[in-house]
Amino acid sequence: MTDAISVSGLVKTFGRTRALDGLDLTVRSGEVHGFLGPNGSGKSTTIRILLGLLRPDSGDVRLLGGDPWRDATTLHRRLAYVPGDVTLWPNLSGGEVIDLLGRLRGGNDPRRKAELLERFELDPKKKGRAYSKGNRQKVALVAALASDAELLILDEPTSGLDPLMEEVFQRCVIEERDGGRTVLLSSHILSEVEALCDRVSIIRKGRTVETGSLADLRHLTRTSIAAELASPPDGLADLPGVHTSDIDGTRVRLEVDTDRLDEVLTHLTRAGVRSLTSRPPTLEELFLRHYEDQAADR
Amino acid sequence: MTATAGTTQLLKLALRRDRVMLPAWVYVLTATAVGTAYSTKSLYDTVAARRDFALGIDRNPANLALEGRVFDANSIGAISVWKIIVTGAAMVAVMSLLLVIRHTRADEESGRLELVSAGVLGRSAALGSALLTAFTANLVLFVPAVAGLIAVGLPVAGSVVFGLCWLATGMMFAAVAALTAQATESGRTANGLALSVLGVSFLLRAFGDAAGHDGPSWLSWLSPLGWTEQLRPYAGDRWWVLVLPVAFIVVCLGAAFTLVGRRDLGAGLIPPRLGPAEAVASLSSHFALAWRLQRGVLLAWTVGFAVSGAVLGSEADSVGSLVGNSRGTQDLLRRMGGHSGMVDAFLSTAMGILALLASAYAVQAVLRLRAEETGQRAEAILATRVGRVGWASGHAAIALLGSTLLMLVGGLMAGLVHGARGGDMGTRLPHVLWSAIVQLPAVWVLAAITIALFGLVPRFVMAGWGVLAVFLLLGQLGPVLRLKQWAMDISPFTHVPKLPGAEMRFTPVVWLVVVAAALTAAGLTGFRRRDLG
Ligand SMILES: Nc1ncnc2c1ncn2[C@@H]1O[C@H](COP(=O)(O)OP(=O)(O)O)[C@@H](O)[C@H]1O
Ligand SMILES: [Mg+2]
Repeated sequence: MTDAISVSGLVKTFGRTRALDGLDLTVRSGEVHGFLGPNGSGKSTTIRILLGLLRPDSGDVRLLGGDPWRDATTLHRRLAYVPGDVTLWPNLSGGEVIDLLGRLRGGNDPRRKAELLERFELDPKKKGRAYSKGNRQKVALVAALASDAELLILDEPTSGLDPLMEEVFQRCVIEERDGGRTVLLSSHILSEVEALCDRVSIIRKGRTVETGSLADLRHLTRTSIAAELASPPDGLADLPGVHTSDIDGTRVRLEVDTDRLDEVLTHLTRAGVRSLTSRPPTLEELFLRHYEDQAADR
Repeated sequence: MTATAGTTQLLKLALRRDRVMLPAWVYVLTATAVGTAYSTKSLYDTVAARRDFALGIDRNPANLALEGRVFDANSIGAISVWKIIVTGAAMVAVMSLLLVIRHTRADEESGRLELVSAGVLGRSAALGSALLTAFTANLVLFVPAVAGLIAVGLPVAGSVVFGLCWLATGMMFAAVAALTAQATESGRTANGLALSVLGVSFLLRAFGDAAGHDGPSWLSWLSPLGWTEQLRPYAGDRWWVLVLPVAFIVVCLGAAFTLVGRRDLGAGLIPPRLGPAEAVASLSSHFALAWRLQRGVLLAWTVGFAVSGAVLGSEADSVGSLVGNSRGTQDLLRRMGGHSGMVDAFLSTAMGILALLASAYAVQAVLRLRAEETGQRAEAILATRVGRVGWASGHAAIALLGSTLLMLVGGLMAGLVHGARGGDMGTRLPHVLWSAIVQLPAVWVLAAITIALFGLVPRFVMAGWGVLAVFLLLGQLGPVLRLKQWAMDISPFTHVPKLPGAEMRFTPVVWLVVVAAALTAAGLTGFRRRDLG
């Protein structure tokens, strides 16, 4: 298997801001690769370099076997891109934008386009400024998905979509992968990447901190639980997989490795559950913990 | 929460955002007013010289149309500010209306207003603070301009009235902008509407002033810019005329605030239309996209140039015969080669003015590149197989070919009308057309300077306007201020052969073309090498 994208030691500075500080990223052909990092960590900057829109200060970048800066236009025939911040031309309709971008890329399949418009419930007749953020994003998504590009580069494509549309999007990405296409999907939401990606790279402050398959990163995926119990639980903090628990009488807050969720829940129900909320940890929490752990290990 | 809550915070934000632009406007306008008054005053220091000067203006419809009337030939003040009172007021109007749209509809369209509206902000706060920003800008201009005129030695009362002329005009067009900002969903269209109100005011006043004593001079009274002029600083100081601008402002603002209270955030009065579900087959290249984005503006400019060309062509013949018979003007006439010399000089000046306007078109057409880039729409196009140079060339070509079209249309219309009036189409039309064509290289230089700025120092691309303003001032004030030749030579317009009349010289024209080509190439190369964004 060859690599669709390989980046190593990538550095990019804007004035005094060091946006990328030795970033590494490898995306294999045919995989859906999650590109994960908190806001401002350098995802969009990396993607812009991959597209030849920015020139790197140093580091090696290969995209589909070429140099993204030098061979930009030839490489662009083979990829489709959805920007993080989609802005449209105020006096062009969504349908016109989709057709135009398709033609500039080398032609869209009209049947596929019609199907995508229907699935995303997008009205192609509205003009640019009449679309909400989510709908502008849908325009860019339909344009990209309707192309026959071998590589899709999607920069936080779901940030404006409602949960229903997010599901449609996820199904589309899975179909693309089954069709043999490579997808680079940037996101700052861990759970989204978990649902779709074969492999994940996590970056922070312009550096890659973790990369590997989801199973490799299982130690990173925990669930935060807050519960109000009928009686004080005993021995909860000592269960395997439970971290940073905070037990105050019948009120419980804890984080648990997702693969140990079962035992913890059994334990809680034994004490009687009055209320319960659970959510995946945010990336920031994860980093905080990850780096605290590393510091403690040393 | 009251409707105006948050106005002061927004005002502070607006003044902060405009901390470079506002002082620049104020500086340029004050310098123009005081500089012109100072130099004119010293040139016409005798009553006879002033009378001659005023008579010359009174007999010249082109002067009357472009700059307005002199209401008191004896008044040194009236003569000193004649050249800048209306043209300057129009610039103040542009400043004010751009300010108001920028802080109302443009912010609303971009969603920035939504961001702050979620805070403690009344419905009218954005409009109120934008108007206060405009008022602040106009006051900040009023003080140094009036003080400068007094310092030059002009009467105090007249100087204050002159300041009020500009202040009233600024606020009238701020009020117009407040109204057009409610009408459409797009900041660009709102600007366009407000600018067309200004254009119509200017035309009404121009026709009224040029009409002479028997013509429809009442047309001036229909125009806000006409009221500005009728305040007559240093020539009677007619304070009571202020009633008209004040009433106008009250009516416009009343309507604007009523509308802002009734409509949804983001919505306009004119509902947006739906577009086609599919692109037409021709919309399939980046050039087609650039054309689609710019064609409406070019069409409007073309109509404007056709009309202006026709008006200038129809006036040319009257210039020579109306100069009058005082000794000074007779001398002037003789030096200029008699009647036909006068007409030639008028045509050459008229084409020079059209060339400056065509340059303004070219600059704004090139600036589209930067707007597309910072608006992140260029990104989507450049991520396809469209290359950078190709993409930039599309808009650059529209700027260069569009300004060429404008000059051809302006020259053709002027030549046709001028030829038809004289019954000598065969020689007159090519003469006039040539004098338009020969301006083109200078216009291209302006487009090329802006392309170079875009490619090499994109942050300062707006300096394209500054360069145009400097060239304009050099041409307008250079002779009055008796600037050295090397200073005049900075402007490409200095090098344009003064056709018809003067001899055609090819060397400077070829050089201008070379400079334009070199700057364009430098800009495109720079853009290929730099980061986007
Ligand atoms: N054009 C630019 N000029 C200056 N700083 C920039 C520019 N683009 C990005 N940055 C900075 O680089 C860092 C990374 O930004 P970005 O790549 O957009 O992050 P992400 O997409 O992960 O949210 C941020 O600190 C951001 O402020
Ligand atoms: Mg981003």
